[in-house]
Amino acid sequence: MTEEIIIAGFGGQGVLSMGKILAYSGVMADQEVSWFPSYGPEMRGGTANVTVILSETRISSPVLNEYDTAIILNQQSMDKFEHMVKPGGVLIYDPNGIIHPPKRTDINIYKIEGTLIAAELGNVKTFNMVVLGAYLKAKPVVKMESVEKGLQKSLPTRHHYLIPMNLEAVQKGFESLELVQAV
Amino acid sequence: MGELRLMKGNEVIAEAAIRCGCDAYFGYPITPQSEVMETLMDREPWDETGMVVLQAESEIASIHMIYGAAASGKKVITSSSSPGISLMAEGISYIAGAELPCVIVNVQRGGPGLGTIQPSQADYWQSTKGGGHGDYRLIVLAPSSVQEMNDFVELGFKLAFKYRNPAMILTDGVIGQTMEKVILSDYIPRLTDEEINEKYGSWATNGRKPGRQRNIITSLEMDSGRMEQNNLRLQAKYAKMEEEEVLFEEFQCEDAEYLLVAFGSSSRICQKTVDLAREKGIKVGLLRPITLFPFPKKPIAALAKQVKGILVVEMNAGQMVEDVQLAAGCAIPVKHFGRMGGIIPSPGEVVEALEQKLIGG
Repeated sequence: MTEEIIIAGFGGQGVLSMGKILAYSGVMADQEVSWFPSYGPEMRGGTANVTVILSETRISSPVLNEYDTAIILNQQSMDKFEHMVKPGGVLIYDPNGIIHPPKRTDINIYKIEGTLIAAELGNVKTFNMVVLGAYLKAKPVVKMESVEKGLQKSLPTRHHYLIPMNLEAVQKGFESLELVQAV
Repeated sequence: MGELRLMKGNEVIAEAAIRCGCDAYFGYPITPQSEVMETLMDREPWDETGMVVLQAESEIASIHMIYGAAASGKKVITSSSSPGISLMAEGISYIAGAELPCVIVNVQRGGPGLGTIQPSQADYWQSTKGGGHGDYRLIVLAPSSVQEMNDFVELGFKLAFKYRNPAMILTDGVIGQTMEKVILSDYIPRLTDEEINEKYGSWATNGRKPGRQRNIITSLEMDSGRMEQNNLRLQAKYAKMEEEEVLFEEFQCEDAEYLLVAFGSSSRICQKTVDLAREKGIKVGLLRPITLFPFPKKPIAALAKQVKGILVVEMNAGQMVEDVQLAAGCAIPVKHFGRMGGIIPSPGEVVEALEQKLIGG
């Protein structure tokens, strides 16, 4: 099994961290992983994206032009990546700020009210973990205990007290994924 | 055995330097390789192994610190990205002329000039054909994974000391910024002063010992007869590298009718291209030069007898094409596909280029 994912949104939404936690979770599950960020002059409010690949076998290219799953968190990313999802693949998006919802008819489309749920949870910074949970519902590529281990590995010890709150957000996202279109 | 970690290529360079018993790192920050020095500063190896980490005032200063430290038999490394390597070019020529070992890491970005901070492979010529002045060569290693960023630090030092010649790790923003699993090398202790004297006392300026002649490190020779002899000695050394040190890797070449040649991150993209093209029924293989100097001429010449055409894939305007053409001869077409200025070609784009430039054409 190989899962090729693009996570794209605004800088500051935790796009790169979400990819990193997913990659660590893959390592914990003994998978091959690669994490390639868009790096450069990105900053809060600019666009940011990361390509994450999880695989049972050796990963060839860390850079891709089509994806099994696109996790899309703003309109610019929708415009850029909607057409790059493989036919039959998965697109997950947060409708917050999306003016033009996805139009593809040959892919599975899901919604997650990540921004709303994170606000309800009382910490908007858990947004990316809500989205991660939603993704794991659509694509159970790693188990929840691997995510917990991934969080432990990727967060510095001084932030470990935040892990329960993050896991709650993952769980909430897992429960809140809405199917828009199945193919 | 080594420790499994998930790390960025740049971070691994730093970690590998500490673990292989490096004596010093001198450098100056530049994107996309700043994590090298950031990681070193964070790790504080001066407490752990005694390794010196110093941010110089410029790339010119850092390469000359490397020159000085290497002259005393120390194991030293620097890193930079394209414009910074251009600044170092004078010092690199001096180090090659003075026949000193060191490792220089170039995490390439798009040029020319200040260019862009995005990945590129446009320093192929600079690394393999010169960069600085004079008839000199660098040993050039092109890692294609985060694991090789670890492995090639030690390999680079091994070759650099074997030939008393600077070795370059030529990588780019893709491998530098990508996180992958890596098995870190075990620690090798730094050499003591006595060990340095024992191993390199015949040439290193580590303080004249009783009964020994003065060692002089210089690239200067006013007598042109003697300077030519120096050059001949260098050329003999480079010829020996070409005989003994060529490294390359082949993917699915056994039944290949077409061949891709690509190094570093482009070779990773091309591995995916091979898979995609074979799904379409195109029998294509990939040859990946690991050493760019010495260049794998013989394996390319051998495959040129088997395939109908070669596509050289690089993130530049085709700098490696002429080396491939020289190795392949004139019997088959050798074409180029590349993107420039920081654009990374996608595996699908390379399949299209293969179809258009070789199969359809």
